[in-house]
Amino acid sequence: MIKVDHIWKSFNRQTVLKDISVEFEKGKNNLIIGQSGSGKTVLLKSIVGLLDIDKGEVKYDDVVYSKLNFKKKKEIRKKIGMLFQGSALFDSSTVEENVIYPLNMFTNMSYEEKRERANFCLNRVNILNANQLYPSEISGGMQKRVAIARAIALNPEYLFCDEPDSGLDPITTLRINNLIKEITEEFNTITIVNTHDMNSVMEFGEKIIFIHMGQKWWEGTNKDILHTENEKLNDFVFANHMAKRLKQIK
Amino acid sequence: MQFFYNFGKYVILLTKVFSKPEKSKIYYKQTLKELINLGVNSIGIVIVISAFTGAVITLQTAYNTENPFYPRYLIGLMARDTIILEFSSTMVGLILAGKIGSNIASEIGTMRITEQIDALEIMGVNSASYLILPKIIASVLFNPLLTMISIAVGVFGGWIAGTVTGVVSSEDYIYGIQFAFIPFYVTYALIKTVFYAFVITSVSSYCGYFVRGGALEVGRSSTKAVVYSCILILLCDVILTQLILS
Repeated sequence: MIKVDHIWKSFNRQTVLKDISVEFEKGKNNLIIGQSGSGKTVLLKSIVGLLDIDKGEVKYDDVVYSKLNFKKKKEIRKKIGMLFQGSALFDSSTVEENVIYPLNMFTNMSYEEKRERANFCLNRVNILNANQLYPSEISGGMQKRVAIARAIALNPEYLFCDEPDSGLDPITTLRINNLIKEITEEFNTITIVNTHDMNSVMEFGEKIIFIHMGQKWWEGTNKDILHTENEKLNDFVFANHMAKRLKQIK
Repeated sequence: MQFFYNFGKYVILLTKVFSKPEKSKIYYKQTLKELINLGVNSIGIVIVISAFTGAVITLQTAYNTENPFYPRYLIGLMARDTIILEFSSTMVGLILAGKIGSNIASEIGTMRITEQIDALEIMGVNSASYLILPKIIASVLFNPLLTMISIAVGVFGGWIAGTVTGVVSSEDYIYGIQFAFIPFYVTYALIKTVFYAFVITSVSSYCGYFVRGGALEVGRSSTKAVVYSCILILLCDVILTQLILS
């Protein structure tokens, strides 16, 4: 379990996260939703330790991760897989080299074993015959899938996805969402996804946290979200005309 | 205040850079890659610039020492000493600051803004050490070789220019470059080169590593890297010359 306990984060004098507490369970798809600039990415980066928090703590299975030094954090980080908003693939390496990279760094596998594992991960995300291509030579959707393949190469216990659907068409978004959902079940990971895509929310939001102006405003499931009385959340969920009309019809 | 803040950050970055590598085999491969990127790929520009500058130094010396009391072999001697003492170490250092420095800052800066450095950190890799240490090692090892090449090509360029234009005979020039030769001058040039290599790679890496923003900021960091490296090279030149030659 990942437990976020009363965390605060500010940049210069602007407070971006205000007293956020939440728990994320194993095998569940946890979604952090909110408008752009609400603090979703800062929250996710604070949880994974890319940003140091000002107050509060982040616990990974009872270990206070936020207070560990780099050396000790490293041990937990080996269990983390992360999909970044822009994929963050190493652009001077091929698709296969990107997936092999964490295996090179942290395992003593032979070259053949590493290639086999990389091919397994790439097949798992339906990337075929693209091993020798560079990230710039493949589409945005493929880049996201390669990034997922790299994230699962070391069998992660925790999977973090920062806006996996950004810049993708609805069909590719659906594919990526299904992939994340399947991987969560298959690897039994704690998955935390940042998104503002309502399709993703309805599709696989087993636990949803709504962030507004750096604060947690609501917590629930994709079933509860349609019946909420929370005004800010309603404004967010039913932002477009079609959604508003559907709600009225309902 | 800003200077002390940046200097502190630079020192902290260097402590991260020189911490124990995760897997030395990977670092070895990276260093070989950087030897080609930063070293071998700079040979061309060093040869071209050194040849022309050697030629110009010889011609300038010849036209400024047109006096029957001065022996003609002085042209070779002065060209040699100028190339060894200042041109091949400092001038080439400044040129490499432009080529390598901007390359390093923009490469690392782009990795920062596209979250590739964050991806390394998340995997548990010491990104500073992984990205910067191989560049420092490669430059510190290869730049002295570039200086040696520059000295040889510069002196040769001077000989070609001198003999083709007829300002000095081949015999006088060759006698001049052998006359009163002090081998320590070469050592001095190489010592300076090692310091410059460290300055160029570490300062440029620092400028790239802490970039925030987008493409514009990467461009700015690249310019900063070249400017700071050049200023520090000239400052090192003064200090090292006083320390070594006094």
